[in-house]
Amino acid sequence: MAQLTRRSLRLLRPTSAARLLTTTASTAPISIETSLPFTGHNIDPPSRTVETSPHELLTFYRDMALMRRMEIAADSLYKAKLIRGFCHLYDGQEAVAIGMEAAITRKDCIITAYRDHCLYLGRGGTLLEAFAELMGRSGGCSKGKGGSMHFYKKENGFYGGHGIVGAQIPLGCGLAFAQKYSKDENVTFTMYGDGAANQGQLFEALNMAALWNLPAILVCENNHYGMGTAEWRAAKSPSYFKRGDYVPGLKVDGMDALAVKQACKFAKEHALKNGPIILEMDTYRYHGHSMSDPGSTYRTRDEISGIRQERDPVERIRKLLLAHDLATEKEMKDTEKEVRKEVDEAIAKAKEIPAPDTSELFTNVYVKDFGLEAFGPDRKELRTVLP
Amino acid sequence: MLGIIRQKVAGKLNHALNFEQGVGAVALRAFSSSAKQMTVRDALNSALEEEMSADPKVFIMGEEVGEYQGAYKITKGLLDKFGPERVVDTPITEAGFTGIGVGAAYHGLRPVIEFMTFNFSMQAIDHIINSAAKSNYMSSGQISVPIVFRGPNGAAAGVGAQHSQCYAAWYGSCPGLKVLAPYSAEDARGLLKAAIRDPDPVVFLENELLYGESFPVSAETLDSSFCLPIGKAKIEREGKDVTITAYSKMVGFSLQAADILAKEGINAEVINLRSIRPLDRSTINASVRKTNRLVTVEEGFPQHGVGAEICATVVEDSFEYLDAPVERIAGADVPTPYAANIERLAFPQVEDIVRASKRACYRSR
Repeated sequence: MAQLTRRSLRLLRPTSAARLLTTTASTAPISIETSLPFTGHNIDPPSRTVETSPHELLTFYRDMALMRRMEIAADSLYKAKLIRGFCHLYDGQEAVAIGMEAAITRKDCIITAYRDHCLYLGRGGTLLEAFAELMGRSGGCSKGKGGSMHFYKKENGFYGGHGIVGAQIPLGCGLAFAQKYSKDENVTFTMYGDGAANQGQLFEALNMAALWNLPAILVCENNHYGMGTAEWRAAKSPSYFKRGDYVPGLKVDGMDALAVKQACKFAKEHALKNGPIILEMDTYRYHGHSMSDPGSTYRTRDEISGIRQERDPVERIRKLLLAHDLATEKEMKDTEKEVRKEVDEAIAKAKEIPAPDTSELFTNVYVKDFGLEAFGPDRKELRTVLP
Repeated sequence: MLGIIRQKVAGKLNHALNFEQGVGAVALRAFSSSAKQMTVRDALNSALEEEMSADPKVFIMGEEVGEYQGAYKITKGLLDKFGPERVVDTPITEAGFTGIGVGAAYHGLRPVIEFMTFNFSMQAIDHIINSAAKSNYMSSGQISVPIVFRGPNGAAAGVGAQHSQCYAAWYGSCPGLKVLAPYSAEDARGLLKAAIRDPDPVVFLENELLYGESFPVSAETLDSSFCLPIGKAKIEREGKDVTITAYSKMVGFSLQAADILAKEGINAEVINLRSIRPLDRSTINASVRKTNRLVTVEEGFPQHGVGAEICATVVEDSFEYLDAPVERIAGADVPTPYAANIERLAFPQVEDIVRASKRACYRSR
């Protein structure tokens, strides 16, 4: 079934006008200036001029629109009680995921916290697997056993998906340690938020990464709120790119996919030669912290709509495409319609997938579980010898 | 408060020694044909060396494992042999380096993370439980974590409350972890090799006071392919009157108690658990079905301890076979004191095991 195979975001089949547009679009380089200059800490920032191509910009547009649509659809599914528990949405932050993917390969690793749906998609995960996982179905990327916060795609270098704030930072430095140990010339992007930026284990891991010259890039997705606490209430110094002290840092406009791409490319080169670097992505989330947070008790609606008007990442690419005559309004509207259809179809298909078989309660507790016993709540009732 | 029987048994472990001095060798009943002796320290060291030689993905990380040659000399000589990339000295940052170790395991390496003692593992316990133990399950098999967390566990001698806790029960309750507790040199070698080769996260609970103890080792044990199965207990001493379960240092105490009981006509069967998780319920139950009486022995705190689990499992599976209530010998329900006389009262002694076994046999005094 073609739809179930992982569809790389860069390989699109021309089955529609909009897709035809991206596949026939030119890959000839064009240079575009980022909206803002980069600010460096203990390092000379890269140039504001980013090399891109019409093809890349169109792909950015489509992929970000897809991510946006996915998150909004997840919002509806959650309100319809098809998604349970926690659901942390990424809409507003798409440029970080997209820009990063454009600068790296699938051999580089990405690890993040619980706001992971779009990063999963960027790493080659499918809409179907994402929605199935959110709805707790067996066709989900973690077979329904992980949930929203535990998406993984190891073969594409995506290591999750973590629920404990800050834990992913030492884990990411561990991935970088393994990359250096194996001498494979790849890097790890360890993502965390402004809330996690105050965690002690960040500084423990950063110290070791710097001591041992690990190819670790710490990416602070600063959306300015750690759950409901604004950055100025949580951090004495909210200049997260400077908090590495002896580790250089770069402040990046996280709503500009091209700036993100440039920064990540720069960071990768740096990390392979000189060890860790911190990237602070100045970004924003439109939703609250999670679906149980309306997101308006600690910030104003004006602020949210202001960012949407001034800095929306999808809108920025849209304007760029129009300004450079790379797409018409109609073509972009068609893309949006197509993306919406794709999302709706994926949801419909995901709804058909059954929940995991009850025997799955006991699978994957261990890799090597042959002969081990496992018990259910009533040990006389539910007791199994693991396969 | 209780009459304490004067210990005159030779080879009683001296609690007043620190790790720099070796503990006097205790000759124990040999179950092997060879007369070669090996300390637990050497057993662990040789196991690490062999596994690191066999698999280039195995590396050691922890405080003082390299240049210091190991806080307890377990990693002695390994830095010289394998170099600083594979024997990594860390800053004193347990949460950080444990997380780094788990991340390296995600990527396919096979870390051996040393905690100077398991008391310090509490600073890193989130990574052991949430990042390591649960990952294979949450990812439905995508992210396996072939890591070993090892170090001394339980009481040493005179190190005080913050340095004396036994964590067997805490880690043993967690699905996704395997928890081992070696006693002899054979256990140390076989179980550590098994732990390193195992694709799942393993918590390997050693004991500082056992490091210097010598045990006989067979040629088979010394072979580099030697490995013990995880999840199987060992019957150290066969008997028919009462079953005594123990792990780590308490196995030695239980064997001494069994010798004393034998003189009084009670033939005790001593089970060395070796594996806290998975617990070898079938061996324990089979033994209790034979002897009809059970004494569980552990150094850790009594409430929600290993003995409580063993008692529950026996009551569930072998209730009709019990001729007496299950007896639990455990550490005292107090933080460990420093003064030697009350520290001694805080931990099980041989006479406690003897007394409980007699109670289980309805023989007092």
